[in-house]
Amino acid sequence: MADLTTDFLGIKSPNPFWLASAPPTDKAYNVERAFKAGWGGVVWKTLGEAGPPIVNVNGPRYGAIWGADRRLLGLNNIELITDRPLEVNLREIKQVKRDWPDRAMIVSIMVPCEEQAWKAILPLVEETGADGIELNFGCPHGMSERGMGSAVGQVPEYIEMVARWCKQNTRMPVIVKLTPNITDIRYPARAAMKGGADAVSLINTISSITSVNLDSFSPEPSIDGKGSHGGYCGPAVKPIALNMVAEIARDPETRGLPISGIGGVTTWRDAAEFLALGAGTVQVCTAAMTYGFKIVQEMISGLSQYLDEKEMTLAELTGRAVPNVTDWQYLNLNYVTKARIDQDACIKCGRCYAACEDTSHQAIWMKPGRVFEVNDAECVACNLCVDVCPVEDCITMERLAPGSVDPRTGRVVEAEYGNWTTHPNNPAAKAAE
Amino acid sequence: MAADIYSPGVVAGRLDAETIAANFADLHPPYDGHEAAVAADRCYFCHDAPCITACPTGIDIPLFIRQIATGAPEAAAKTILSSNILGGMCARVCPTETLCEEACVREAAEGKPVEIGRLQRHATDTLMAAGIHPFERAASTGKRIAVVGAGPAGLACAHRLAMKGHDVDLYDARPKGGGLNEYGIAAYKTVGGFAQAELDWLLKIGGISVHYGAALGRDISLDALRDSHDAVFLGIGLGGVNALRVEGAVTEGVMDAVDFIAALRQSGDKTDIPVGRQVVVIGGGMTAVDAAVQAKLLGAEQVTIAYRRDRAAMSASRYEQDLAASKGVRLMFNAQPEALHGNGAVEGVEFALTQSVDGQLRLTGETRVVPADMVLRAIGQSLDGTPEGIALAGGKIAVTGAGRTSVAGVWAGGDCAAGGDDLTVTAVAEGRDAAEDIHASLLG
Repeated sequence: MADLTTDFLGIKSPNPFWLASAPPTDKAYNVERAFKAGWGGVVWKTLGEAGPPIVNVNGPRYGAIWGADRRLLGLNNIELITDRPLEVNLREIKQVKRDWPDRAMIVSIMVPCEEQAWKAILPLVEETGADGIELNFGCPHGMSERGMGSAVGQVPEYIEMVARWCKQNTRMPVIVKLTPNITDIRYPARAAMKGGADAVSLINTISSITSVNLDSFSPEPSIDGKGSHGGYCGPAVKPIALNMVAEIARDPETRGLPISGIGGVTTWRDAAEFLALGAGTVQVCTAAMTYGFKIVQEMISGLSQYLDEKEMTLAELTGRAVPNVTDWQYLNLNYVTKARIDQDACIKCGRCYAACEDTSHQAIWMKPGRVFEVNDAECVACNLCVDVCPVEDCITMERLAPGSVDPRTGRVVEAEYGNWTTHPNNPAAKAAE
Repeated sequence: MAADIYSPGVVAGRLDAETIAANFADLHPPYDGHEAAVAADRCYFCHDAPCITACPTGIDIPLFIRQIATGAPEAAAKTILSSNILGGMCARVCPTETLCEEACVREAAEGKPVEIGRLQRHATDTLMAAGIHPFERAASTGKRIAVVGAGPAGLACAHRLAMKGHDVDLYDARPKGGGLNEYGIAAYKTVGGFAQAELDWLLKIGGISVHYGAALGRDISLDALRDSHDAVFLGIGLGGVNALRVEGAVTEGVMDAVDFIAALRQSGDKTDIPVGRQVVVIGGGMTAVDAAVQAKLLGAEQVTIAYRRDRAAMSASRYEQDLAASKGVRLMFNAQPEALHGNGAVEGVEFALTQSVDGQLRLTGETRVVPADMVLRAIGQSLDGTPEGIALAGGKIAVTGAGRTSVAGVWAGGDCAAGGDDLTVTAVAEGRDAAEDIHASLLG
């Protein structure tokens, strides 16, 4: 069994699987169940300032989209930050941290964008013995209408300002949780770093409407016939999250900034992908909400088996894929591939043909007997046939050997790497010779 | 002249080797990776899952299926084998239709459960094919334990004891280990020498010394084992066969179904196994079905399972009944054997027809004679050669708790012990739990 012990900002946890700040971490009861199940840490559901507790809707808080077999693919929520009194949360945080000293205890905070508000809450959190804080600059619903959550996260100057206040007023490590509801994730990340934040966590949820009821014409989830945009999460958002994590990991200005990866982590494999793109820990919510806390067992066993097989430590996995994330202009244009259809595996559905003939490059022949073959003279290797084929590995992309002639272009495939920056068609190309 | 299906009497080689090989092919061929992924995707990962409760060994089924779904079948196998070291065999022979798959919520919802047995096989086969034995022995305890019987109960007990750091002497009366896994299950359920391969894999834990051809009461005695070992586990199975009490002194062509099944399992291409043209199997359990189906697969022209009660009372599951019917076996219910006809060699079986009235079996007064040149008795097994001084209950070794017998330092489990169904998986659970109890007693 590989060692999954994690050290993130000096915060130790037995594994990199943390529960994200969300309903599963709102109470000692849930968090203790999570720790019993094996979770390495939690980010306690966001605390607000002292005073009258937050009020939630009394209708549905969640909406979802499903696959045909009711597999939950995406979840949307309009729940606000904790609606329990501040002192109750603080008392429970202190008690849980005392009882589970080996687990990471991060406290999520969202208070108004005034220094005094942050100065007031930070010592209270510090007093619980929590390991760190996470600034909720991400929630896109409800609180953003009051100038908090993503309303802060969408303005890099505010991020920097609040991060600085926090660093000045607490000894605890500061993690800034970023909203994906922006144009370029690097700007808020840079601002967090500039403000002195120790790490960023991302992504928070994406503004969304899951569906519209075509009888009542209300968006879902519907509260008395009306709907409001919620925050979208779950497996569906993972690709968006992976890209944003990678962008921060490879940005020269933020490179090396610790990242806690969030967004659709459902299995050990998802977690490993976030880690490979630079995350030091991952945070999970939807998968736990769908299947219960027990899923962490599969994550732990799967990740440790993978590391054992690769003879790799957890630290060696973190960031391993980052050097391979690059700009389009640096992709190797001399890497020439063609689709290959395994006739023994083919079930003759013709989806590759329809896709190629109707929407791509007319590079698949349909021959008598429903035999589908690739016409190399037309195939641009777009991969669409692979993506629509229902049979795994039936269609694959094979590289043309250097020195052979690409029947489509009539050119000899070059062995050397060559990209757009030096391509003759690029008006801005630097002279290759 | 070669025999064919119309040849009279009990003869071998009714079908050619190729046909027999095809007939005895794997009943449920293993999943390929894609099929396993699709099957695993159907699991809902239920909370406090009913399938776990329904499994006598309590395998964490949702967890192992999720591990398959996430591309880690070896981890899935470890989950399975931690609870059930013979998870590979159980995946093949468990009546899942009355255990985990019956309890699956999708069985209730759609009549189509998650195919847990086949998924379990996918995981365990993957691990065994990779030659991985995922368990290690604890530091030596210096204790030595005798396990008598290398069937499912004995093997499960021996493995768990070895894992806990004890040294184990494993005895079995037969020339090979495996017990009913090796001698007592239809060949099409466990093809390719799996029982021996699994046994070899299990012994990789180390610390288990095997002694085959050592029968209790003949070559070894309980008293001597108690003297030489710190504890004894008896997993001796049911060596006796219940007698068929009918009229007629016919013997030729009449045999015990368990012997027929054992001979089939030990045969190579099975062209050497004699079978009748008209076979009657008497009984209503899994042994009857295994014998009848295999008789048919060997080329018997007509095979009848005759059971004295009605279909609902049959202990073979409906799935097994339908399997037999699909192979061309005739199921005859409410037929109680009364006499064997013939002069030396059997020619027919006379049945009195019965009726179940308010749970009572009554004769209708009618009789039927079914022509037969081979009769296989499958009316149950019994304990044979119990050591003196061990208390019995209902014809089996009486146990309390996790297999404690009336004799101090002696545990028992599997078919020879009272309580529990006579299933491979139940035997594994009993062997494992006895091992834990032995461990706790010795080190407690």
